Amino acid sequence: MAVGKSVKRIDAVAKVTGRARYTEDFFEPDMLTAKYVRSTIAHGRVTAVNTDKARQIEGVEAVFTYEDVPQTTFATAGHPMALSEVHKDVEDRLLLTRDVRFMGDEIAIVVARNELAASEAAGLVEVEYETYDPLIDPEDILAQDARPIHEGRSNIVGEHNYTFGGDVDQAFDQADHVVEGRFATAMVQHCQLENHIAHAYMDDLDKIVIVSSTQIPHIARRIVGEALGMPLSRIRVIKPFLGGGFGNKQDVVLEPMVAFLTLKLNGRAVQINMTREECMLCTRNRHPFYIDVKTGVMNDGTLVARDMDAISITGAYASHGHAIAAAGGSKQSSLYPKAATRFHARTLYANIPVAGAMRAYGTPQVIYALECATEDAARKIGMDPVEFRLKNVARQGDINLLSNKEILSCGLVECLERGRDFIDWNRKKKDYEQFKTGPIRKGLGVACLSYASGTYPVCVEIAGSRIALNQDGTVHVLVGATEIGQGSDTVVAQMVAQTLSFPYEDVLVVQAQDTDVTPFDTGAYASRQAYVVSNAVFKAANQLRDRILAHAGIMTDEDPKHLDIVNARIVDNRTSEAVMDMKTLAIDSFYHKERGGQLTAEISYKTTTNAPVFGCTFVDVTVDIPLCKITVNQIINVHDSGVIINPVQAAGQVHGGAFMGLGAALSEEFLIDPESGYVYNNNLLDYKFPTFTDVPPLNHDFVETFEPTSGYGNKALGEPPVVSPPPAIRNAVLDATGICINTLPMSPHTLFSAFKSHGFLDGKGGQHV
Amino acid sequence: MFNIETHIKAGSVQEAISLLMENPNARLIAGGTDVLIKLREGKPAFRHLVDIHGLAELNGIEKLPDNTLVIGSGTTFTQAIESDIIQTHIPILTDAAGSVGGPQIRNVATIGGNICNGVTSADSASPLFSLNALLSLQGPDGTRHLPIADFYKGPGRVDLGPGEILTAIRIRPEDYEQAFGYYYKYAMRNAMDIATIGCAVCLKTSGGTLTDYRLAFGVAGPVPIRCREAEKAVKGHPLTPALLEKIAATVVRDVNPRTSWRASKEFRLNIITELSKRATKKALTRAGEELS
Ligand SMILES: Cc1cc2nc3c(=O)[nH]c(=O)nc-3n(C[C@H](O)[C@H](O)[C@H](O)COP(=O)(O)OP(=O)(O)OC[C@H]3O[C@@H](n4cnc5c(N)ncnc54)[C@H](O)[C@@H]3O)c2cc1C
Repeated sequence: MAVGKSVKRIDAVAKVTGRARYTEDFFEPDMLTAKYVRSTIAHGRVTAVNTDKARQIEGVEAVFTYEDVPQTTFATAGHPMALSEVHKDVEDRLLLTRDVRFMGDEIAIVVARNELAASEAAGLVEVEYETYDPLIDPEDILAQDARPIHEGRSNIVGEHNYTFGGDVDQAFDQADHVVEGRFATAMVQHCQLENHIAHAYMDDLDKIVIVSSTQIPHIARRIVGEALGMPLSRIRVIKPFLGGGFGNKQDVVLEPMVAFLTLKLNGRAVQINMTREECMLCTRNRHPFYIDVKTGVMNDGTLVARDMDAISITGAYASHGHAIAAAGGSKQSSLYPKAATRFHARTLYANIPVAGAMRAYGTPQVIYALECATEDAARKIGMDPVEFRLKNVARQGDINLLSNKEILSCGLVECLERGRDFIDWNRKKKDYEQFKTGPIRKGLGVACLSYASGTYPVCVEIAGSRIALNQDGTVHVLVGATEIGQGSDTVVAQMVAQTLSFPYEDVLVVQAQDTDVTPFDTGAYASRQAYVVSNAVFKAANQLRDRILAHAGIMTDEDPKHLDIVNARIVDNRTSEAVMDMKTLAIDSFYHKERGGQLTAEISYKTTTNAPVFGCTFVDVTVDIPLCKITVNQIINVHDSGVIINPVQAAGQVHGGAFMGLGAALSEEFLIDPESGYVYNNNLLDYKFPTFTDVPPLNHDFVETFEPTSGYGNKALGEPPVVSPPPAIRNAVLDATGICINTLPMSPHTLFSAFKSHGFLDGKGGQHV
Repeated sequence: MFNIETHIKAGSVQEAISLLMENPNARLIAGGTDVLIKLREGKPAFRHLVDIHGLAELNGIEKLPDNTLVIGSGTTFTQAIESDIIQTHIPILTDAAGSVGGPQIRNVATIGGNICNGVTSADSASPLFSLNALLSLQGPDGTRHLPIADFYKGPGRVDLGPGEILTAIRIRPEDYEQAFGYYYKYAMRNAMDIATIGCAVCLKTSGGTLTDYRLAFGVAGPVPIRCREAEKAVKGHPLTPALLEKIAATVVRDVNPRTSWRASKEFRLNIITELSKRATKKALTRAGEELS
């Protein structure tokens, strides 16, 4: 039984010994380096570019500007192609631009024999601009006379409305209390370990090979084709080991450019290897949201109505654009399915860096506001926040009124109960009564989440798997599922081992993705990978199992129905006796002159379900008022993600997610000058991503349900852990101080303003606590 | 990739001085943790380097027969943390060294580089201010000793003449014996961060009163500073809770923090007053005193 065990990761040894080869470890002879020339203003239009000085630098091979690139706009979002107009991505990007939309926009590119020459030359490209006022504040962006950031398009990238659960206005009218709040979240970044990097070359003069650190090799191939106007089959994308993505590489950032450059340079290899500063400023990050929430509640604790109005800022280019707000909003219906709910969201362009996909895709913003508002409602009626949630959250058998699907597995109530016990809620609630005054205060907080296991029915959910029996009795597995560090290859091996009844070690997953070779799958995003691939793998493994048994039947002259595979041996299921080992069978299938063949199975499967997952965070905090600091003393995330296929890897996802959630809650934000659009802190010194010393020990627990729509009972887990820590911490700070801090991050600066406006601190060094 | 034009490894302090005199564009590199950052940013000032990393003459921590402590400028923060002499006599420097960057940085970054880099946030600077440290500066014309407070000229500017090298930092016995100190670093992270405010306290007590009090801050002005007003106001003060309030009330007159995108002046002032109290309290605890 391989599923449910913490088997060793397939790539563990390769990674810890440094042997695993990442994109940067592959090079081609005479590979050139390219450096972008980036705008130094946030909004305007280039009036002149002079590349003469740059071209004179020794080692410079070429300089291209916006005049040299194809003039067809393309969309960069890593979505499967949408056949319907409604879900089509916004095509608003060119390889290089004359119209400047954020500080760092790509105007020209220098290709040189080494990095120093490329950087020096890029600095010598002279650019003149006509400048416009940067549009950064939502009010300015939405003003009647605001300049369209993309000519011919509205500054509103997308807008939608939905309601479910009955008449919302009527529900508010009948509510005993209506609680309102306004919330804001910051632009934060993935900070994945490996920066964006890609290179491309042509192995003949017909085909472009791109080696890239991407979450979406097959989608990247299609988009490069669209950007360059080339048939998809002339493009090949190879994805080696990846140092993380978190959604930042669910977007096509460098691939079209390196492909363009090699095409222009007769197939010579060209690499773009972004610096951390570039990666932070010029790839993607999380959409900041401004959200108004109204909650209607009855005296008995029933949540009856909810109204949410959100503005999401996508920055200079649409990227994933409005899909983010839509996806985030849709998670409410599986969390609180009974309240009459209305959601309205608008997504806006702005002259700031580009937001795209980031772990949990709009949900952290929406659930943050939702779970703060839920806390405020519970407090309004004087009900314990855990009891309040227990009364209102989803249970198995509830209908998700947005999708009209029954919730087939749900362990949220048990998650809340286990979290409450772990944190010792009832005892500490009493103990902390004495810490509600004075400079040092203590409090407890809770927040829930729900999430999805993929993107269906908005996008196609397709996965492919090919399994082949080797001559030594092991199997090789090819999947389109993309290993990006999350451990996907390992759980695929566990699934195959489980169904074939092979030892885990005998299942070998082909590591690198190559779009010429691997089956089609859209990639690693939406926490879909293990859920969506599970069905394809389950079916392929069963198919291969049948073929192995059929061959065993031929070899032994037995009816295959009397045969079984047990631990990689053919067994007579009447006597439980071993008939032969897998190698004997394999050799026969390969080399017998008349019978057999290479035994393989291949499945491409579309999943048309989308299981909701659930979870919650409990925290215990201390707030130091004079120093404006929050210390998280204890934190636990409890998740219902169905069957946990690999507990250690699952714990890794939860800890990593909680870590990111803590950063978003307490310290991370892009500091953008409101006048100029300049980003002050696109580096890891000034962008306060937590270090290990800033994060308390992370705890986790799983309530294992069985999800019937999945091959192995498993549901999504990759993204959910990031969602609930920020609202849980905000609620604990409220518990400790009595102050609602409705802006993320709750950094010392945010706390200082809040404490000052509440009279705790006077801003001149004095305290009144 | 760094744009380095010349890089010469010096075999001795004398040789380093000569190399600096020969090439006026040359700059010293010790641990390189500031220099390489500047080179990476493309700053042309560091393209010619004289390397003093690992010079034995600059390394070592010792106590002289007259009890003066001498810390070689090439001492790394890790060496400082692990030094018995520092732990025993001036643990305030252990506090400061332990707060720098992360383990990798502390293994290479030197105390001399920290001081000579000239920034107000340098974690070893304010503790050395509170210890009245003397800097030994060796140049073509010999060696001079300068109080650290006179070394800082302005942001990023220090009193180093042509060819001059900081060889050692000296702490005199009267400045550390029977004195107790504490360094409190306030930053946005517990590691890998520069101080928003750094607060160093060194004090002596006797018979229930404060007999010596030295308070220094980093990032409370363009260079590290001593708080002479607050020091004067509380020398001889009885060890009562009112002492802390007095310090907090006076210290605002000594400091001159500014608003930057990293933090507002108001925020920094708030932290300065609070740290002056907390660091003093910690130093008193080390002195075995309690406020009553
Ligand atoms: C990731 C990271 C984290 C950091 N965290 C901190 C922190 O928390 N606190 C902190 O204070 N600093 C921090 N720093 C800054 C830096 O590490 C320190 O300032 C360090 O002490 C510099 O020492 P160095 O030996 O590396 O100096 P170098 O970079 O070699 O030199 C710095 C400057 O001093 C000059 N110089 C060096 N030695 C001498 C000498 N003997 N005589 C005359 N001039 C000399 C050099 O010419 C140069 O101008 C950090 C740096 C990094 C990269």
